[in-house]
Amino acid sequence: MAGAIKVEGLSKAYQLGEIGTGTISRDLERYWAKIRGKEDPFLKVGEVNDRTIKGGDIVWSLNDLNFQIEQGDAVGIIGRNGAGKSTLLKILSRVTAPTRGSVKVRGRIASLLEVGTGFHPELTGKENIYLNGAILGMRKSEIKRKFDEIVAFSGVDRYIDTPVKRYSSGMYVRLAFAVAAHLESEIMIVDEVLAVGDAEFQKKCLGKMGDVSKGEGRTVLFVSHNMAAIKTLCNRGLVLSNGKLVFEDKQLEAVSFYQSDQNNRSVFEHKGDTSSAPGNENIRILSFYIKPLKGANISISTGLTFEITFFNQKAGINLDATFELKNSDQIPVFHNGALITTSNDSKTGVYTVKGTIPEYLLNAGLYTFKLIFGENQRYALFSVDDFISFEVENESVGSNSQLAPGVISPNLKYEITFQH
Amino acid sequence: MNDTEALWDFEITPSNNLFDLKLKDVWHYRDLLVLLVRRDFVSFYKQTILGPLWFFIQPLFTTLIYTYIFGNLAAIPTDGLPQPLFYLAGITAWNYFSDCLTKTSTVFTANAALFGKVYFPRLIMPLSIVVSNLIRFAVQMVLFIVMMGIYWLQGASFHPNAYLLLFPFLLLLMAFLGLGLGMIISSLTTKYRDLSFLVTFGIQLLMYLTTVIYPLSVVKKKYPRYEWIVTYNPLTSIIEAFRYGFLGKGTFTLLSLAITTLTTLCILVAGIIIFNKVERTFIDTV
Repeated sequence: MAGAIKVEGLSKAYQLGEIGTGTISRDLERYWAKIRGKEDPFLKVGEVNDRTIKGGDIVWSLNDLNFQIEQGDAVGIIGRNGAGKSTLLKILSRVTAPTRGSVKVRGRIASLLEVGTGFHPELTGKENIYLNGAILGMRKSEIKRKFDEIVAFSGVDRYIDTPVKRYSSGMYVRLAFAVAAHLESEIMIVDEVLAVGDAEFQKKCLGKMGDVSKGEGRTVLFVSHNMAAIKTLCNRGLVLSNGKLVFEDKQLEAVSFYQSDQNNRSVFEHKGDTSSAPGNENIRILSFYIKPLKGANISISTGLTFEITFFNQKAGINLDATFELKNSDQIPVFHNGALITTSNDSKTGVYTVKGTIPEYLLNAGLYTFKLIFGENQRYALFSVDDFISFEVENESVGSNSQLAPGVISPNLKYEITFQH
Repeated sequence: MNDTEALWDFEITPSNNLFDLKLKDVWHYRDLLVLLVRRDFVSFYKQTILGPLWFFIQPLFTTLIYTYIFGNLAAIPTDGLPQPLFYLAGITAWNYFSDCLTKTSTVFTANAALFGKVYFPRLIMPLSIVVSNLIRFAVQMVLFIVMMGIYWLQGASFHPNAYLLLFPFLLLLMAFLGLGLGMIISSLTTKYRDLSFLVTFGIQLLMYLTTVIYPLSVVKKKYPRYEWIVTYNPLTSIIEAFRYGFLGKGTFTLLSLAITTLTTLCILVAGIIIFNKVERTFIDTV
């Protein structure tokens, strides 16, 4: 087997902040340094890209990445939001250039970063197939040869002579994916496209991806938060964290590495002096644990408990703690308060609050807790955003391993009767 | 595992050769160029009743207004040519240049969404603009030639001559000039948007410094001290030569055309270098 992609010392720096009059002097300084053959003065501070920590203006979204991908491999790229996955894909698909390092590639790369870009709303479906195919690098004859196949795959043949602005969003995406999927490239990059379209179409896309990597021997890079899909579609996995490659192995090992890493993130324990714990003069948070009600990993059917221990310094008030849970789309799932004391009798000292989220409530995905400590359910004593995050793992329903849409995932009871 | 270095197809690195136009890549994507031109042409008149007729209406009405304001009200001489013909010649040529320039100057900002998702040789975009404007220009040339025919039948005096042969060359100069300037502006606007404000009114001001609504001979006579501003404007000699070829009146020398050619090439090369440099990472700042 030969290498398809070889990444050497790949790094990418981004400049934070707004671009305005201030940046021009910096640009000139940079240019001056370049003329004299010196290093870029603003790239010296090698900061780690941790979005939660404030720091300088330059952030390294990718930091000295080295790996090789063999031809025919289906590689899942796993990591939290901000780990550098999208940046890596952008560099591989040649949309942006790296700051340092290089990537060597054998074969054509087609990226499905976001399908349907380049569609012109006024043009018909047919015209857009040709235009989009050409944007993706297909020759006209190639598109002509595959035209019927593309239309059949998309399932919009009836609308093929209608401007795409009249399409429903589902039809639009299907047509776009159909074009991209029929690209004859040696390497395919897929980034969460499967998050769109209905379940039936998603299944079709996954099937097509499976064909591509297993049947046709092409190389696939697949970025997704859907661990179930990565487990079935890929044979290798890369785990990125803060712009660095932290794990590389078979896909099952990579997924379990990532999940155990996730579980570690669901634990907060303050070590040392109480006065240095996160909080303020009213409240100091000492620990926060999130655990499944059963088993080792949190999934849709396990439910979970969360347990917070904090030091309270406000005596004689009505103390409450509110937990606000947000999903990865930043949609609040709930905002729920625990009344700790109700008759102005709070004491200085350590309180522990334990809450339970039952099974079959949360859908799969990444969640973060916001904490608000209040007095009389009105005055905030201390609040903190994104204090801790955890992931609910997806589960297959029947034969479908796809992530179901929706904020919640209830286990509804159905009664089925049959007549005649 | 055989890791023969020579087998890699391409390498992605932080910087590239500024003069490397990747013409091989551009050639591979030639179908895209054609389809983009088609898209521009088709989407221009989609959902209109008059359709491609709109290509004629704009220069026709502009000519009408210019004849009224500059020809009659201001009574600016037109080298003895019929006024509508004089203006239409200027407008047709000027429109081609200004369309190329304005469209190319927004190529990065207007296509950021597309450029941010897929790779194709970025040079395709400005090239497609120049070519689709060429179609527009060809249609407007038909109008101009029809007008010439009408005036010819009415016995107006103008004399097309051998300088007509310069026409393709003049066209190329205008395209390169528009392309070069447009690429410089679009590259600079990816980070600093200031220039895009300059383009919209700058191009109007530039038109008044070019011999679109007056002949160079009038400037030379009336403002001998300032005529150099108009004369050294590279577009002046293009339009004057254009008018001379078709209508037999115009003030230009081969030297002034040579200077224009040199300026155009310099601008084009500068445009390509800057474009090539910005193309790689503009998506991070745009």
